[in-house]
Amino acid sequence: MTLIEEHPANPAAGDEDRPIGYGRLQRKEDPRFVRGKGHYIDDIVLPGMLHGAILRAPVAHARLVSIDTTEALARPKVLAVITGKDLEGLNLAWAPTLSADVQAVLVTDKVRFQGQEVAFVVAEDRYAARDALELIDVQYEVLPPVMNARKALDPDAPVIRDDIEGRTDNHIFDWSAGDEAEAAAVFAAADVVVSQEVVYPRVHPAPMETCGAVADFDPIDGKLTLYETTQAPHAHRTLFAMVAGIPEHKIRVVSPDIGGGFGNKVGIYPGYILAVVGSIVTGKPVKWVEDRSENLMSTSFARDYIMQGEIAATKDGTILGLRTQVLADHGAFNATAQPTKYPAGFFHIFTGSYDLKAAYCKVTGVYTNKAPGGVAYACSFRVTEAVYLVERMVDALARKLEMDPAELRLKNFIKPEQFPYANKTGWEYDSGDYEKTMRLSMEIAGYDELRREQKEKRARGELMGIGISFFTETVGAGPRKHMDIVGLGMADGAELRVHPTGKAVVRISVQSQGQGHETTFAQIVSEELGIPPEDIDVVHGDTDQTPFGLGTYGSRSTPVSGGAVALVARKVREKAKLIAAAMLETRPEDLEWEKGRWFVKGDPSVGKTIAEIALGAHGTVALPDGVDGNLDAEVTYDPPNLTFPYGAYICVVDVDPGTGHVKVRRFIAVDDCGTRINPMIIEGQVHGGLTDGVGMALMEIIEFDEDGNNLGGSFMDYLIPTAMEVPTWETGFTVTPSPHHPIGAKGIGESATVGSPPAIVNAVIDALAPYGVTSIDMPCTPARVWAAMQGHATPPI
Amino acid sequence: MQIPAPFDYARATGVDDAIALLDRHGPESRIIAGGHSLLPMMKLRLARPEWLIDINDLYELDFLLVDKDKLRIGALTRHTALLESDDIARLFPIITDAEHVIADPVVRNRGTIGGSLCQADPAEDLSTVCDVLGAVAVVRGPNGDRMLTMSEFHRGPYETALAQNEILCELQFAIRPRTSSAYEKVERRVGDWAVAAAGASVTLAADGTIEEAAVGLTAIGLDGTVPDIDSTTRGQKPSEELFAEAGRLASLACDPVADQRGPIDYKRHLADELTRRVLRRASERAAQTQEG
Ligand SMILES: Cc1cc2nc3c(=O)[nH]c(=O)nc-3n(C[C@H](O)[C@H](O)[C@H](O)COP(=O)(O)OP(=O)(O)OC[C@H]3O[C@@H](n4cnc5c(N)ncnc54)[C@H](O)[C@@H]3O)c2cc1C
Repeated sequence: MTLIEEHPANPAAGDEDRPIGYGRLQRKEDPRFVRGKGHYIDDIVLPGMLHGAILRAPVAHARLVSIDTTEALARPKVLAVITGKDLEGLNLAWAPTLSADVQAVLVTDKVRFQGQEVAFVVAEDRYAARDALELIDVQYEVLPPVMNARKALDPDAPVIRDDIEGRTDNHIFDWSAGDEAEAAAVFAAADVVVSQEVVYPRVHPAPMETCGAVADFDPIDGKLTLYETTQAPHAHRTLFAMVAGIPEHKIRVVSPDIGGGFGNKVGIYPGYILAVVGSIVTGKPVKWVEDRSENLMSTSFARDYIMQGEIAATKDGTILGLRTQVLADHGAFNATAQPTKYPAGFFHIFTGSYDLKAAYCKVTGVYTNKAPGGVAYACSFRVTEAVYLVERMVDALARKLEMDPAELRLKNFIKPEQFPYANKTGWEYDSGDYEKTMRLSMEIAGYDELRREQKEKRARGELMGIGISFFTETVGAGPRKHMDIVGLGMADGAELRVHPTGKAVVRISVQSQGQGHETTFAQIVSEELGIPPEDIDVVHGDTDQTPFGLGTYGSRSTPVSGGAVALVARKVREKAKLIAAAMLETRPEDLEWEKGRWFVKGDPSVGKTIAEIALGAHGTVALPDGVDGNLDAEVTYDPPNLTFPYGAYICVVDVDPGTGHVKVRRFIAVDDCGTRINPMIIEGQVHGGLTDGVGMALMEIIEFDEDGNNLGGSFMDYLIPTAMEVPTWETGFTVTPSPHHPIGAKGIGESATVGSPPAIVNAVIDALAPYGVTSIDMPCTPARVWAAMQGHATPPI
Repeated sequence: MQIPAPFDYARATGVDDAIALLDRHGPESRIIAGGHSLLPMMKLRLARPEWLIDINDLYELDFLLVDKDKLRIGALTRHTALLESDDIARLFPIITDAEHVIADPVVRNRGTIGGSLCQADPAEDLSTVCDVLGAVAVVRGPNGDRMLTMSEFHRGPYETALAQNEILCELQFAIRPRTSSAYEKVERRVGDWAVAAAGASVTLAADGTIEEAAVGLTAIGLDGTVPDIDSTTRGQKPSEELFAEAGRLASLACDPVADQRGPIDYKRHLADELTRRVLRRASERAAQTQEG
């Protein structure tokens, strides 16, 4: 059963499937995608274009002794072989990360993870480039790697980052939030305290399209055009200007259609920089597209958090406090993309949906000999880890108190009248009615009936589990005064032009990787101005064509750019009012707005549509003082706060007692993302995120062996879920708009990814209750589930 | 895009032509059938043949027919054809069971039974199936045909008795009354290779006791079938105790290694658990053939 949101039909457009404004509208971008006419990085072919390939390190930790490129250079069709030494000459061997660290573009001194970039070959075709890699002779002196984050701070651990002066250990940062003393007092006085280690292993976003770039440096006018798989074209352009010394106005970053990002395409990878260097060196465009193994082994991973959780409560189940110590494995370089003040992102949302007396978290970041990243999947600024922790802890408490986990949650929710709610770690939750959403989810699930069924099955020795997760996210970063990425404030611009015939173009700074921006943003303008969405072109992904802004990640497109687009449309509407008044020879204050048209109060038949006003503005109408002859506007939206989407998820699993195989039988997802712009797109985002959650809960993990070998370097080893592993999703919704957001929308892009893993894992633990199992870590593979049933569950890292 | 090392390519026009091409291009030439084992290895540069001899035009190797008391399957028969065959579902449901859990539709549309056997990956499901059913392989080389039993054909992981210039042409399965079979696999995800799998074939005597039984295991270190299963079950009525005993024998006979799919104790446990399941199902099915 899927609940379908009804929206008023749109007879004006002559078709009820085509709403003017919000509603179920088929995605405008789909005709090109379903016909295979999308245009991705690898579809770009420029005259004279060359191809690059990267030689990668076979080991995780090794001193570079020598590189001999003679044979590779001698091979036919090979034009250049670039090494770290060459880059040192250009001052480009190291590049800043998005988290106040540096990352090697090509190894100069030491290899720090398996798959790290060692040399770059530029050749006439990609076959020649790939073949030449085998002819580069590299000598390494292998060093013992640090593969276990738990041992990274041991006094005798090898120091990975000896490139940083004065470094004597692998410690990156300590960061805390909340009041430690207050938490200690609350915990000391509590009737019940439950402690548990909760591990979120390293996973990979694994977008269908791998990362790549085409760099085209024009030696005559010094202009660089860089086509890239990037979620954040403007931020990339600014950083390229800072790093490569090319003036910003001489750089154009174009992000064409993107085949999935999930945070994987936020960072600036060495491959992008190498394509630029290759183009400068050869004077020709250079394409570099990584293969699947390169993507899995070298680009931004996600998670890798080892969390010691503690929850305190009274005997009757009033939750008092939460505490956690986190060990965060950041890999060889600190290349997350967190706002500067928040090295652990927004992990301090780990207080969840509950009214607590105290909360305290401390996060310690360490280096290991693994690929860098941590930005991704979705790049929720660590909200995913936080939600997983709190929802596992609340379930652990329910088990200890022998309370129903739904009851325990209902008892402790923040109440609707407490919003805006200041939590114990510094957030101000905007709005919520958690109980309503929870009860709807339980109703769709038939919760009591499920519990009865479970009881009967248990009596027969069958293993059925019911798991709950009630998540609250913090998304839409964010207010400039608190949030920036490498000094760039997290605001976003929007520009809107209504053409003389009443059609429009809106230019935005964020970049879609499949979220349906071309539809959603057209619908926002449409809702505000009454122009049909099909008459509104959405332009994005090209820094020469769009206003500045930080890009798409952390579910920020609708909360930030959505706000910008609504406001720019309202600015146009106000301008239209002045022009309409001039056209109607009346005063603006005598006009009233209905979707699409200004009319004279008390005389609705006298009015002007937006199209008429646009023609008037560009035509010969005598305009009032101070009004330009156009119907255009621009804004930069600095959000006053973040938004706090939430949801109630219930998962039902069956476990085969003989093999440990987990089958997700049902999954009920009730989301509240505030105002719903296009319910069809929302459902799509939820379906995808839930599928992703099944992947992480049941099968996904990037593992390493002790020698530093990445064991997840292909889709044979790194498993991603298919339609076969997922049930028919049962979705529902409640609508609690954000009071501070221009249209009340909260963002939905990551809700399901964030919310689903704890529901699934809680369900598995619940299923295994007859075996006395109280905890299991992801991924819940058959072998790991079976081990838990035998009483010897082990953490994956 | 993952790029293999350079290679040359020839398309064979007949079985003898393919053999001649193998002869001509020597040890670095390889047959390519569905390519679903060979191409991934080439892309990872784990295999670097200099010549690929393509046999996909050899329709004479793509057949599936009941020939008196034998089922004959051509080496180029695709997984999908096996999965969809009613004859197979009726006579050898172990093959249908296995095909349901081999890879995904894309791979099954292309991958062949011949390629599966010649690849001889220890996790290949059809190798176990052929062991359990006592299949006979028909192999052709420059000097003509020879027939090999499965124990002659398989020489260990990734190794077969085929000479460099020989081609697997056909597999033959004896059709026997009161006989049925079953296969079950544990995988981490649909389309994944087995963590472990087991197949069984059971022939019942007229009195309902077991006349002959065989169990094979996939991906957990057992060549051929589990020893002693046949002698232990012969003359016994199918029962949970008997299946448990067979399960015990299987878990002792296997020799798994620990990897990302699971530790040794789990895999041994699966040998036991899955052996019981497939013997149970094969016995039930065999009893049904008797009734029907
Ligand atoms: C994603 C994926 C998942 C898979 N999952 C499974 C699974 O779960 N279980 C499973 O059993 N298999 C699985 N497979 C393998 C699949 O069954 C392959 O199709 C099969 O192993 C090989 O058949 P092929 O025709 O593709 O052989 P090819 O790749 O063409 O050839 C394989 C080898 O056999 C040789 N060869 C092929 N035909 C002949 C012949 N007639 N005579 C002599 N030599 C020959 C080739 O030279 C080569 O060495 C999977 C494959 C993929 C890609």
